[in-house]
Amino acid sequence: MFAAVGSEVAIAFIEIGLIAIVLAALARLASNLGVTAIPFYLIAGLGLGDGGVADIGIAEDFVALGAEIGVLLLLLTLGLEYTGEELRLGLRTGTVPGLVDAGLNFIPGLLVGLALGWSVPASILLGGVTWISSSGVISKVLSDLDRLGYRETPSILNLLVIEDLAMAVYLPVVAAVVSGSDAASTVVTVAIALAVVAVVLVAAMRWGHLMSAGLDRGNNEVLLLAVFGLTLLVGGLAQQLQISAAFGAFLVGLALSGPVQHRVSALIEPLRDLFAAIFFLFFAFQINPAELPGAMIPALLLLVVTGLGKLGSGWVAAGRAGVGRRGRLRAGTTLVARGEFSVVIASLAVGLDEASELATLAAAYVLLTAVVGPLLAKNSEVLDGLLPGRRRTLPPEVRTADV
Amino acid sequence: MAEVREVKLPGVGVRLEFDTAAGEQVAVVVHRGGRRELMVYDSDDPDICTTVMHLTPSEARTLSEALGGSTVTEVSRVVEQRIEGLAIDWVEVADDSSFADRSIADGMFRTRTGVSVVAVIRGSETVAAPGPDFVFTSGDVAVVVGTPAGIDQVRTLLSS
Repeated sequence: MFAAVGSEVAIAFIEIGLIAIVLAALARLASNLGVTAIPFYLIAGLGLGDGGVADIGIAEDFVALGAEIGVLLLLLTLGLEYTGEELRLGLRTGTVPGLVDAGLNFIPGLLVGLALGWSVPASILLGGVTWISSSGVISKVLSDLDRLGYRETPSILNLLVIEDLAMAVYLPVVAAVVSGSDAASTVVTVAIALAVVAVVLVAAMRWGHLMSAGLDRGNNEVLLLAVFGLTLLVGGLAQQLQISAAFGAFLVGLALSGPVQHRVSALIEPLRDLFAAIFFLFFAFQINPAELPGAMIPALLLLVVTGLGKLGSGWVAAGRAGVGRRGRLRAGTTLVARGEFSVVIASLAVGLDEASELATLAAAYVLLTAVVGPLLAKNSEVLDGLLPGRRRTLPPEVRTADV
Repeated sequence: MAEVREVKLPGVGVRLEFDTAAGEQVAVVVHRGGRRELMVYDSDDPDICTTVMHLTPSEARTLSEALGGSTVTEVSRVVEQRIEGLAIDWVEVADDSSFADRSIADGMFRTRTGVSVVAVIRGSETVAAPGPDFVFTSGDVAVVVGTPAGIDQVRTLLSS
């Protein structure tokens, strides 16, 4: 019996080891090409999952649990990314661009979902997939292209903050909608979810610093274990209350503030990279590669519509900061990239009839936007040449007046 | 000193910008991790930068020292950023001050005001962390840390 277990473990090790090496090679390739590794992970998952070239067996259980942890860590780092002050500033200055962003990018996804004959919950999820830009891809693009000094950059980053905050409302609502059976009970669940969110957010903003100060006293080992444990614990409890584990993890990230926030970010990053890679891989396992070409048509349609949507969001956001038209185009094109959060949102469809269709379409969409987005951002000048009209830059006093 | 505008870059850090008298626009991006980027804006399109330098914390220090910045200002900025309610200031020992030619311990600044003297600038020299027996001369500039109210009291003491 031990021999049997031993050989099973050996096979699992070999499978996981080989997968990790393949992912490492892909991540290396992605960094050489200067793009995010997410599309490559998805393609690897397509090849290794059901119907792919090399179906993995025994390690699948480990990969499945690892993927869930990956989602929690992705959301934890999203919550950690911004300080309370940055969130408040974002809310004050970014409401209008945030609403434009939601209108131009959420609604097309929702409508395409409905047009495909999907249920309302699945369509709402598709709306989320097309709505949220990838803060990971975008911050990498901004720093790779040396654009942190550019005038439109704060507007771009502020819009990401707003989307971050919007996720705080969207995630629990969507979890309630997906789990709700009839309209009345869904409304009740949504109301409970929002009430819990409000209470937890206020508590996190008000007393989060106490928890942060307590955690900050520990050494790195203590801190890593405590935050990892807290994330899984709160995530699990939130899942029990049907508010979505991802959202619980997000709240833990929001509640951590001050010096400990940066320590945790640095500590958790390697762990997140590991589990997030597993998550992207596992997500693609559910997709039948044969169905991917069919999903390319709606994905291309969404790329065009929501690409223009992000162009509009960036145009409005940068325009409010007094940036000239080239800068407004740069802001718009930079925002086109979707990535980790679109995949996270699509993965919430587990249990819905459309789960695999949504996963396929989301994968196709992320593959397109994560590659096309950074390319557009790099070459936004071309777009400027294509558009008719005034190309003269504004005098400096006009542009600095509103910054 | 040129007026410095501070622009928040959520998730990245802050950008400090200023204009030179010659009309160039310069900015420094301070990353949360301490990395710095120094950039110069395009004179034709002030939305974009033509030159960007990437500096590690130690390179940034080297550059600021080469430009004539002192370590004290560097330290003070860190202190100001980290601790709310704590101020740092430069207070000159006046010519007719009763504390000239007396030691820091004599002045009992910490007992009276809660303020600590962390450095003294004398001419072109800086005495970091002076001991309690350090003797002030008129014209010294004391670098003090404490509450804004305490610092005001020290200023009154050292000028009378």
